[in-house]
Amino acid sequence: MREFFDMGGYAAFVWPAYAVTFAVVILNVFWARRALAQALAAARRRAAGGGGAP
Amino acid sequence: MTWTWFHRLGSPPHVYRLARRLTPWFSWSAAVLILAALYGGLVLAPPDYQQGEGFRMIYVHAPTAWMSLMVYTTMACAAAVGLVWRMKVAHAAAAACAPIGASFTFAALVTGSLYGEPMWGTWWEWDPRLTSELILFFLYLGYMGLRGAIEDTQRADRTSAVLAVVGVVNVPIIHYSVTWWNSLHQAPSVMRLGKPTLAGAMLWPLLTMLLGFTLLFVALLLVRLRAEILARERNASWLQEELAA
Repeated sequence: MREFFDMGGYAAFVWPAYAVTFAVVILNVFWARRALAQALAAARRRAAGGGGAP
Repeated sequence: MTWTWFHRLGSPPHVYRLARRLTPWFSWSAAVLILAALYGGLVLAPPDYQQGEGFRMIYVHAPTAWMSLMVYTTMACAAAVGLVWRMKVAHAAAAACAPIGASFTFAALVTGSLYGEPMWGTWWEWDPRLTSELILFFLYLGYMGLRGAIEDTQRADRTSAVLAVVGVVNVPIIHYSVTWWNSLHQAPSVMRLGKPTLAGAMLWPLLTMLLGFTLLFVALLLVRLRAEILARERNASWLQEELAA
């Protein structure tokens, strides 16, 4: 296990590379869902307001 | 040949519902493939004879770099369709691509830098491949900045689409930069004519990761596309129905 985390001496490069990549993946999932939730809320507000002003 | 499918892709309610139905399929298959590729790449693949365990960075660097180019190409195609056929849904798709592409280009640059330091002895070099990839990042930022600066959605769609289409010349420049100029960066080992130069046990996790990231992109695009369609549809009767449901 120790050997695995050591990555043959490349740990300081391999793990940050994986961390950045999967942080971007997770943030993308979060951002996309938030964008949809916000757009739905805005559309509901417009509908509730009689569908008037944009 | 009938063109009904193409016309239906121009219909916001049709695309909105189709996107909602397809999202879970793409999301879950992407998750399964990415997890399998992680296990294959970090555990099953043998160390490289030159780069040792450090080569495992390829399993995050190549997929993020692939995303940066594939997402831009998709964005430019959608923008072109939007310009030519004045298709609102196509413009919505182009707008949905940009933040996804920008973030993965950022990841490609950072993982590349982390890969470069132990292998080439430098974090950054003004090398053709690295410089053109950095320009791609700025193209995404410019596209989003331009959209943000124009309040009218229709005008923002058309103006930013021109930038997206013009910027696509950078995509082949990035891809061929390592062949056209002397570059620190290695030549393609998978995206090349002829057989890949990677051994099977190293290759399958990479191909699986590339496919997983591509499916993830489709899932993200479908969710963002729905948000973009909602922002463009005002007072449409289908929307009222949709919101009431």
